[in-house]
Amino acid sequence: MTRYELTRSPGVRRLLQSRWPQLTVQAVALAGLALVIASALLGTPVGNRNFAIVMVWIAWWAALMLVAVPLLGRTWCSICPLPLPGEWLQRGAVLGPRGRGFGLGLRWPKRLRNLWLQNGAFVLVALFSLPVLTQPRLTGLLLAGLVLLAIALSLVFERRAFCRYVCPVGGFIGLYAQAAPIEVRVRDATLCAAHATKTCYTGSEKGYGCPWQVYPGALNANTYCGVCMECLRTCPYDNVAVNLRPFGADLSEVKGRGLDETFKAVLLLGSGLAYSGVLLGAWSTARLAAANIGSIDWLVYAAGFLAFVLVLVPAFLLLALRAGLWLSGSRLDILRAVRAFSPALIPLGLSLWIAFSLSFLFPNISYIFPVMSDPLNLGWNLLGTAGLGWTPYGPALVPLLTVGVVLVGLAWTSRRISATAESLGGRAGLALPLLTAAFVMAAGALWLLVF
Amino acid sequence: MALGLLGRETAARIAVGVAGLGLPVALFGAWQWVHASQPVTLHARMSEVGGWAPEVLRVEAGRPLELRLISDDVVHGFAIGQSQVSPIDLLPGQVVTTTLTFDAPGSYSYYCTRWCGPNHWRMRGVIEVTGPEVNTAAPSPPLYEVLGIDLDAPHPAAVVPQTRPSAARGAQLGLILPEDLTSRDAYASRSPAETWRALRAMPVTETLTDDQVWDLVAWIWRTQASEAALQQGAELFAQNCAACHGEGGSGDGVMASSVVAGTMGPVEATGPADFTDASRALGASPALLHGKISRGGMGTGMPYWGPILTEEEIWILTDYLWTFQFEE
Repeated sequence: MTRYELTRSPGVRRLLQSRWPQLTVQAVALAGLALVIASALLGTPVGNRNFAIVMVWIAWWAALMLVAVPLLGRTWCSICPLPLPGEWLQRGAVLGPRGRGFGLGLRWPKRLRNLWLQNGAFVLVALFSLPVLTQPRLTGLLLAGLVLLAIALSLVFERRAFCRYVCPVGGFIGLYAQAAPIEVRVRDATLCAAHATKTCYTGSEKGYGCPWQVYPGALNANTYCGVCMECLRTCPYDNVAVNLRPFGADLSEVKGRGLDETFKAVLLLGSGLAYSGVLLGAWSTARLAAANIGSIDWLVYAAGFLAFVLVLVPAFLLLALRAGLWLSGSRLDILRAVRAFSPALIPLGLSLWIAFSLSFLFPNISYIFPVMSDPLNLGWNLLGTAGLGWTPYGPALVPLLTVGVVLVGLAWTSRRISATAESLGGRAGLALPLLTAAFVMAAGALWLLVF
Repeated sequence: MALGLLGRETAARIAVGVAGLGLPVALFGAWQWVHASQPVTLHARMSEVGGWAPEVLRVEAGRPLELRLISDDVVHGFAIGQSQVSPIDLLPGQVVTTTLTFDAPGSYSYYCTRWCGPNHWRMRGVIEVTGPEVNTAAPSPPLYEVLGIDLDAPHPAAVVPQTRPSAARGAQLGLILPEDLTSRDAYASRSPAETWRALRAMPVTETLTDDQVWDLVAWIWRTQASEAALQQGAELFAQNCAACHGEGGSGDGVMASSVVAGTMGPVEATGPADFTDASRALGASPALLHGKISRGGMGTGMPYWGPILTEEEIWILTDYLWTFQFEE
C-alpha cells in the first residue's frame, strides 16, 4: 500500500522530535484534567451543568471518537494527562531525558502481557458507566483514581505499564487506531536489525526507550504504539517515520491476532450495541436499572449486559463462523478462523461507536457553552455564555449521519470479511454467514439509534 | 551542556507546575474565597437529601444579604414567606444571584415554591435578622385558640344537604337574615352545619325545605369573599394545596399517595382532607380550617403555612375552600 511520509519534511521531523511542543500540549491537557477533577469534586452535582461531565463525556469523548481515533489513531495517548504524573516521577524529569527517577522498575508480569486486563477493566467501567457518566463526583473519583493507579504502576513497573496493559480507554483506542490513516513505522527494517544498541527500545541521551514496550523495528500495527515520538528522537539513523496511509491498512496487512485482541474486537462491537440500547434507546427501564447501582434491578441489568457482550454476541459470531466453515466445507481450525476474521469486525465496531457518539453529541453539545463560562458553578460568566440554554442541534441531520456512518462501517467490514475469506482459500459460503451476522448487527444498531 | 539541560528541565518543571499544580490550587483558592465571602451560597436539594443548605442564614436588619442560589438536583423555587417578593425559579445546576434586605429584625422563612418531591413542603429555612429594635409584643393568638377549637379532634357534620347547596338559589329566597348569622365573626366561628341548625330553628325559615336552608348557608358563605378574592384563593390553592388535595379538592392530588404511604402518625392513614366530602367539610368552621392551614396537621403530613402565607392569604384560602361544597 502507498504511504506518504510526513517526516520527510525536516520541519515536521524537527517539530515532532522536539520535546517542547508535546510538553506544552501535555501541560495544557494536565491543566484541563486538574480543572475537570476540581469541578467534578467541587462543582454542582447536576451532570449537565458540571464542567467535568460535559467536557469529559460529551466534548472529549466525541472529539476522541469522531476525530482523534478515526483520523489520528493513538495520538491522544501521546498527550493524555492521566499517566503523566506517574511517568514524570518514574523518569525524575518532565522534559528529560535525565538520570533515573523513582520506582522499582520491575518488568510487567509475563502472564499479564496481553489485553485481558484491559478487557476486564473496560467491562468493569462499562457496568458502572451510567452513574459515572452522569454523576460528577464519580467521574472525579474515577479520573483521580486512574491517575493514582498510573502513578502506583509507574513506581512499581517499568515504562507505561498502566497505558499498555490496564487503561480501559487505551485498549479501546488501540484497537480502533488500526483503522486510522496515520502510523509510526521504520523506513528500513534491515537497518534496525543491524543496529546493535537498539536505542529506540533502550533509550539514549536524546530520548527514552519506547515507553510502550514496543520494538519499532518490528512494529506492524498501531495497536500498541502510543505515538509518543521517543523512537523518532532516539533513532540515530532517522530511520523512524510518521506516515500517512490508507484507512485501515493494519486490518489487511497484519496476520495472526492474539485471542485477547480478537476478543477485544468482539467485546467492543457488543458493547457499542449495548450502549446504544441502554443509553440512547427507548429502554428507559434498562437505563434506570443501569443507574441504580447495587439494586436488584441493577444486578439484573449487569447480568444481562455481561451475558450480551461476553456470551451472546461472541456466540452469535462464532455460530456464524462455524456455519461458514460448514457451508464451505472448509477444514480450517475454528480458532484460526476466529483470529483471521476478527480484524474485519473493527470497521463495523468503530462505525457503531462513531454513530453512538454522533447520536449523543448533537443533542447535548449546547451544554458545553454554559460550563465553559462557569466551570466551578460559582456564578461566573467568563465567556458570556453562562445563560445559554439547552438547544438540540441537527435533529434531522443526526439520523442521516448515523445511517451513513453505519453503512460505511458495514460495507468496509463486509469487504474485509470477503477479502479474509478469499485469503483463506476462497471457498464459496465461507463468508456468507458472517456477512449476514454483520448485517444483522448493523441493522440492530440502526434500529436502536435511528428508528 | 549539562547546565543547559538542567535549565530546560527546570523551565519545563515550572511550566508544568504552573499548569498542572498552580491552576488547581488557584481554582481551589477561588472556590474557597467565593464560598467564604458574600454572596452566601444557598444550595437547594430535595428534602429527602437534605433540603436547603444552609437552613439558617443570619443578617443584620438593613444590611443587604447577597445570595447565590443553586439547585443541586431538580427544579426548585425560592421565596420568602409572607413577602411580596416574586419567587425565583432555580434550574438544576444554574446559579442565580439575588439580594435581600430586611428592614426589621425577626425570623423570616424561606421555602421552595416548586413541587420538587413528596416532601417538598419540608423545604423550609430561616433567615434570622438581627437588630437593636426587637419587637417584644406578643402576637395576638389565632382565632381557633380564642374560640377554644381543638384542631385535631374530629369534626363531623351533624347534618348534610341532599343536593349541592347554591348561593344563587339562597339569594333568590330574598330573606333578610340577622347579623349574628351573617357577620364575618359569625361566619368564621361557626361551621356550616351549625349555621344551618341556627337558621332551621328560626321562624323565618319554617316554610323552607332543608335544602333551601342549605342554600341560605351557601349564600351567607358566598357573601364573605369577593370575586377577586376567590380568584386569588384559587391560585393559592393551585400553587400550594392541589398537589395533595387535588385540583377538585377531593384529596386525590398527585402527591396524595405519598402522604398516605408516609409514617407521620395515625391520622395520616386517611390521606389529605377531601373538601368535597360534606360529612367532614360542613362540620368544620372557617376558624378551624384557618387554624389547620396556619398550624399544620401535626403528624398528618399537612404542612404549616403560618410562616409562609400572610394572615390575609390564609383567610382568602379558607374562603375559597367552601367553593368545593357550595356552588355559585
